[in-house]
Amino acid sequence: MLKEETVRELEQAARKLRVEILKMLNTASSGHTGGSLSAIDAMTALYFHKMRHDPSNPSWEDRDRFVLSKGHAAPALYACLAEAGYFPRDDLKTLRRLGSHLQGHPDMNKTPGVEVCTGSLGQGLSQAVGIAMASRLAGRSSRVYSLLGDGEVQEGQIWEAAMAAAHYGLSNLCVILDHNGLQIDGKVEEVMNVGPLGPKFLAFNWHVVEVDGHDMQAICKAYDHAEEVTDQPTLIIARTVKGKGVPFFEHKANYHGTPPSDDELNRALEHLGHA
Amino acid sequence: MSEMIATRDSYGKTLAELGKENDKIVVLDADLSGSTKTALFGKEFPERFFNAGIAECNMVSMAAGLAAGGMIPFASTFAVFAAGRAFEQIRQSLAYPKMNVKVVATHGGITVGEDGGSHQSVEDLAIMRSLPNMTVLCPADGPETAAAIRAVAAFDGPVYVRLGRGKVPVVFDNGCDFVIGRGATLRGGSDMTFITTGLMTAQALEAAAILEAEDISARVIHLGSIKPLDVDLVLQAARETGAIVTAEEHSVIGGLGGAVCEVLSEGFPVPVERVGLRDVFGQSGKADELLAHYGLTPAHLVEAAERVLKRK
Repeated sequence: MLKEETVRELEQAARKLRVEILKMLNTASSGHTGGSLSAIDAMTALYFHKMRHDPSNPSWEDRDRFVLSKGHAAPALYACLAEAGYFPRDDLKTLRRLGSHLQGHPDMNKTPGVEVCTGSLGQGLSQAVGIAMASRLAGRSSRVYSLLGDGEVQEGQIWEAAMAAAHYGLSNLCVILDHNGLQIDGKVEEVMNVGPLGPKFLAFNWHVVEVDGHDMQAICKAYDHAEEVTDQPTLIIARTVKGKGVPFFEHKANYHGTPPSDDELNRALEHLGHA
Repeated sequence: MSEMIATRDSYGKTLAELGKENDKIVVLDADLSGSTKTALFGKEFPERFFNAGIAECNMVSMAAGLAAGGMIPFASTFAVFAAGRAFEQIRQSLAYPKMNVKVVATHGGITVGEDGGSHQSVEDLAIMRSLPNMTVLCPADGPETAAAIRAVAAFDGPVYVRLGRGKVPVVFDNGCDFVIGRGATLRGGSDMTFITTGLMTAQALEAAAILEAEDISARVIHLGSIKPLDVDLVLQAARETGAIVTAEEHSVIGGLGGAVCEVLSEGFPVPVERVGLRDVFGQSGKADELLAHYGLTPAHLVEAAERVLKRK
């Protein structure tokens, strides 16, 4: 159990990161709002509680690694990396601009702290599997975390990677599925029903847990629990709300790839107590 | 008659040697390790060999992850599945991030034979060559394959190597000092130049000998490195011999012929004849029957040389 104070600190951090996400998307006038807001709590818990990493030494060999397989949630990743100190927070204003190190989708060669290039859905998980294999070969105790979208798991490659992670018994791999139920064209279950997700991953021989993806205590408990699993990768199905934290964005598929307007930003910041 | 060695055999052997020398080398395959010859490595270093099963897309992206984790991965399957099925994984997970992964594709071209057109890649060089950051190699024989594999293991970045199925004559019988981006002049000549890659280089050497009997002096340049291309060597041949015949076990579109024409049209335009698959897929048959059927024999190269000389 986390101390109440730690939970409050993480919640406060996530609120601040939501503000950064909304501001950078508004400044960029382009980018993915809904899925960044649904994923940020799980990512906050990783970057500011769970993961061993050193922003002053991004290539530290024994660091835990995070792979954002749903690369379009890049604003959430950039907010975490800036807050952790990988690069100045001011850089967030350059998101998606010509010459910026903050590309529309994560680029390992441009942004300090980004582990691999993602954005084409399904490939991040396979890369996370490869990193976990390499860590094990090299005898590193570091863990690999990867965050997937629930639309993303429609990609066949996800199931190829799921098969391989279980086959090789990668217990150093912990995957979070940001289960917000929406994708660009609508509800995941209506566009292409890929559920039931838990039973599917169980059948692929994964260890599966399900949590409220906006409950810091539950998220952190799931990360701790995953460390105790042997011989199996762990999937944490995080039940989330697309657009979480901004009431007029919540549960809306049309805010998948739409940034907040000036007016929406002001109202959102007011709601988040940052006006 | 020169010694016959399959480039894939040379690959498997070299890979197993490299495994002893460098414990960062890891190998992935997609259920074809007996055919691609990576099984030799797998047998000696089981802890560094990962069979991905019949899942080429995941194999390529996993290889990217292994490279991100500090390893030097070689990933193998047939050319048609590597460059075709896993194209987007090669693009996004390897080429775009300049990941240090070597895709070594065997069974390139029509000499795959009896398996037929579904398994004969005639487009892989064109596809791979169009990707920024990619290095594309197509060795001529066993010794050059061994040298090329050693060169790519030492090179930091994504590489596509195309190898064949069948045994091919040894061209580099005095050893091969392979340098990425450098071609090799295997025979001097002044009337025209064959610029060839893969198994067509041995065919061109035969064609040059036939032409000599007709008092035609044919130069033979082998380009084992399709990208980067040895631009200076190609331009020099155009300036000095004034006519070029390219030959490849691949479509005439976008591969070696395309690359050479790009260089010549901008640098020193001379008549060119391209020998290769004329925008068609292959079919079942024996390798030598297919080479004859699709016009990839020394006799066809002689005819192409005669055609290009008339245009000089």
